[in-house]
Amino acid sequence: MATSSIAHADTRTGRTSQWRRKLPHWLAFALLVILALIWLVPLFWALDTALKPEGETTTVPISWVPSHFTLDAFISTLSTSNIPRWYWNSTLTSALISLLTILLASMAAFALSRIPFRGRNVLFWIILAGLMVPGQILIVPLFYQMQALGLVDTYWAIILPQITSPVAVFIFKQYFDGLPAELEESAFLDGASRLRVYWQIWMPLAKPAIAAVGIFTFVISWNNFVLPFIMITGNNMMTLPVGLATVQTSFGIRYAQIMATAILGGLPVLAVFLFFQRQIVEGIAGTGLKG
Amino acid sequence: MSEVSIQQGRPISKQSQQLLEARKNKQWRTTLTGIGFMLPFLIVYAIFVIWPIIQGFRMSFFNWTLGGGGATAFLGLANYQELLGDPAFWSSLWVTIIFTLISTPLLVLIALGLALLVNRAIPAQGLFRTIFFAPFILPVSVVALIWSWLYQPGFGLINGTLTALGLQEVPWLSQPNTAMIAIIILTVWWTVGYNFVLYLAGMQQISREVLEAAQIDGAGGWSRIRWVTLPLLNRFTVMIIILQVIASLQLFTQTYLLTSGGPNYSTRSIIQYIYDSGFTSFRMGFASAMSYIFFALILVVSLAQFGLLTRQRRDA
Repeated sequence: MATSSIAHADTRTGRTSQWRRKLPHWLAFALLVILALIWLVPLFWALDTALKPEGETTTVPISWVPSHFTLDAFISTLSTSNIPRWYWNSTLTSALISLLTILLASMAAFALSRIPFRGRNVLFWIILAGLMVPGQILIVPLFYQMQALGLVDTYWAIILPQITSPVAVFIFKQYFDGLPAELEESAFLDGASRLRVYWQIWMPLAKPAIAAVGIFTFVISWNNFVLPFIMITGNNMMTLPVGLATVQTSFGIRYAQIMATAILGGLPVLAVFLFFQRQIVEGIAGTGLKG
Repeated sequence: MSEVSIQQGRPISKQSQQLLEARKNKQWRTTLTGIGFMLPFLIVYAIFVIWPIIQGFRMSFFNWTLGGGGATAFLGLANYQELLGDPAFWSSLWVTIIFTLISTPLLVLIALGLALLVNRAIPAQGLFRTIFFAPFILPVSVVALIWSWLYQPGFGLINGTLTALGLQEVPWLSQPNTAMIAIIILTVWWTVGYNFVLYLAGMQQISREVLEAAQIDGAGGWSRIRWVTLPLLNRFTVMIIILQVIASLQLFTQTYLLTSGGPNYSTRSIIQYIYDSGFTSFRMGFASAMSYIFFALILVVSLAQFGLLTRQRRDA
């Protein structure tokens, strides 16, 4: 488009001037490639280390290429550490948190969006006000409370504080608000109850919102460090991020194993991210900008 | 409408009275259903969010210990007074503020720069987006494991590369100033992808026509950025700065895992001091008082920023 307007003005020197005009473009691209490589180096170095024989990780001068590559570090990590158990704990708690978040938030949002009852605006504002409270300041009273309830070192101590998400309510409410009311009117004429209308009409329609909230909640609760770190003391109850924080000391200076652990710890979320990249990125863009 | 008829003072027939009753009944039922739908959320929210907020505030006035003891003595404002005279509190507050003041501009400007570089007609655009965003998705402990390995003296990748190039090693994690720099570098690598994605979304909202019009008017690449893209991104920049300041003030996990707040408490943030007081010294009342001072700080900062934001919107 732009080239055509200039091309006919100067045909003889067209090629060189086009080159000169394109030069900043290519320089910028080269800079971008360099930055991308810098961003990747930590991950590649971690993988490289994990694939080295344990004896060759701390050589000076450093080297990217060992005498041979081996999966030993991964094998011994998986067999000696508690990683499989931590995977299970993280998967179970994150899945339950996602399910319960979807359920509680969509029900609340359904009421806020579709049932014209008194006081709903006040309730909505109370819920949104929760966004102003940084979760980390609650750790002390929350721990005391879990202790009083006898829930310390159980899955519930990780799950219960994470299933009331104001953002999820907000997302569902936005979604329900955007759907036309006619959708439910015929169901009401047929005598359907609100519960049925919620479950059989609105929830099937809300699949995109369910997916967004589900993916987000899963990743956030999977990555949550502070809450399980405080609530969980037993090694068998630890979630993956908390368990990983203990390996540095237990593996000492066996860096190939430590890096194998780090990679095994990062893989599940990276896989989820690569699989759901579009939803995650669009979700961040959407909620971040609305906030 | 029935209210109107009452106001007009017309006699109310028995029929319309029944109608009124029925409507009132229906309104009651609607309210009950509405609250019923919200109840599961509200109960959990009340127990695990609202109650801890109240309880924490109460704790801050007591000598409250972890374990069976609970509240042992009412102290009034003594916890708060002690905090204001506690050098460790001020130094952790200072660490938090320094981190926020340095990391925020870096995390905003680098995100903007990356987004400007990616948001052009280039090959493999999606791949670049993935690369810069991917670290953000990693759990903090993975990030800390990788970076403490990178920062090792001698055989660590960074120092190993420096010495291979004939440069001096940097004592990354063992000296106060360099430890803070190390934390900031890690944080930029880890979290800049979030702001980057926000900026990309903002840039994609700028219509192609505006940029093409500027180009036809003779604006080169750089002046298009300077006079068209950046001004149109203003709203996003303010938003990103607000989110970033609030996030940076909550510095904790990466420093806790990488340096444990050291060397010599030079990277101990305020949240770590809250954690240390509550869970290492078992002084939950003291820790709660600090939580509340910190909460007030965050509230003031975010309200001030939102105030600026709304004023800016009004002016625009």
